[in-house]
Amino acid sequence: MSAGSQYTLYHPKWYRRRVSVWWWLQKGSYATFVLRELTSVFVAFFALVTLWQVRAVVRGPEAYAHVLARLKSPLFLALHGVAFLFVLFHAVTWFNLAPKAMVLRLGGKRVPDWVVAGLNYVAWLVLSGGVAWVVLRG
Amino acid sequence: MAPTVTLTVTRYRPEQESEPTLQTYEVPFRKDWVVLDALNYIKDRVDGTLSFRWSCRMGVCGSCGMMVNGEPKLTCAAFLSAHLPGPIRVEPLQYFPIVRDLVVDITDFMRKLKTVKPWIIRKEEKPLAEGEYLQTPDQLDAYKQFSMCINCLLCYAACPIYGLEPGFIGPAAIALARRYNLDSRDHAARERLEILSEPDGIWQCTFVGECTKVCPKSVDPAGAIQQYKLTGAAHWFKSLLLPRGAR
Repeated sequence: MSAGSQYTLYHPKWYRRRVSVWWWLQKGSYATFVLRELTSVFVAFFALVTLWQVRAVVRGPEAYAHVLARLKSPLFLALHGVAFLFVLFHAVTWFNLAPKAMVLRLGGKRVPDWVVAGLNYVAWLVLSGGVAWVVLRG
Repeated sequence: MAPTVTLTVTRYRPEQESEPTLQTYEVPFRKDWVVLDALNYIKDRVDGTLSFRWSCRMGVCGSCGMMVNGEPKLTCAAFLSAHLPGPIRVEPLQYFPIVRDLVVDITDFMRKLKTVKPWIIRKEEKPLAEGEYLQTPDQLDAYKQFSMCINCLLCYAACPIYGLEPGFIGPAAIALARRYNLDSRDHAARERLEILSEPDGIWQCTFVGECTKVCPKSVDPAGAIQQYKLTGAAHWFKSLLLPRGAR
């Protein structure tokens, strides 16, 4: 062996596949996942609309009436309809995933998933009921 | 005539081809046969050049993981009868570099597994004379599920994040880190949390949840990662609010 020769580790001639840009269309569950990530845009939309309303309330009754009139336009109604569906999807998938992240143990036994998810749903209903009561009682 | 089923198998012979090709084989259909049986039939009777990994053929060794009709599966547990009428597509585990035919290189995983220190680390070893470290059934129960992992890597092949971000430590390695954290004999949870809080650790996971679905051992790596995130976030809050001594 000459002094200049070098030992090289064996390396197989790999083949690597590139991940397609459309990977999320390959499977229903991937598409659902991407849709769930997308719901964040609509959650942000609702948050912005709420901030917009709060700003109008601060500016006085006239400004608030103006904002309400704007929100009643067909475009906003349609947008709200779509956003509501996405936020609903966001909430349901979030609650269903909650038991995965939260492992509760009672008396040495793991609390079943449906109980953890169920408690989330109950809290959701109670809070929504509370808000509806405040808003709708006149 | 005896019934047969067609297998479409990925071939990659690096000395001949620059990219994988497909080859179809006709194999006898038997209702007690799994995909691995069909591959072994091909290897023994039809084409001895086909390369694939297998060992135990009973879901313990974790070496026969492949994509069957696009789903990561242990081929020893994937019945031909569940994939009728065929052709059944058999490919190497996706997101891993292919070495030859159905054999992938898993060096990346082996390296990542080591970084999470999947062994019991104690602050102080007790002397041998004091005997073994005892555990109650409840203490065993806390981590047992995560200890069932057989490193078959189906979870990596199911994880689009691993495909898109090859640096991601990945589901099995994180589940195994969790396994040791939850072990009452171990003292290195903090050490592992630091490693897994790095950019390529738990926060890369966006909870697609596919790893848990494909796991043949019901390890639930997705659950492990989310629980880890909760621990990580709680630790961060504590470090923010509490003085150093109280953490």
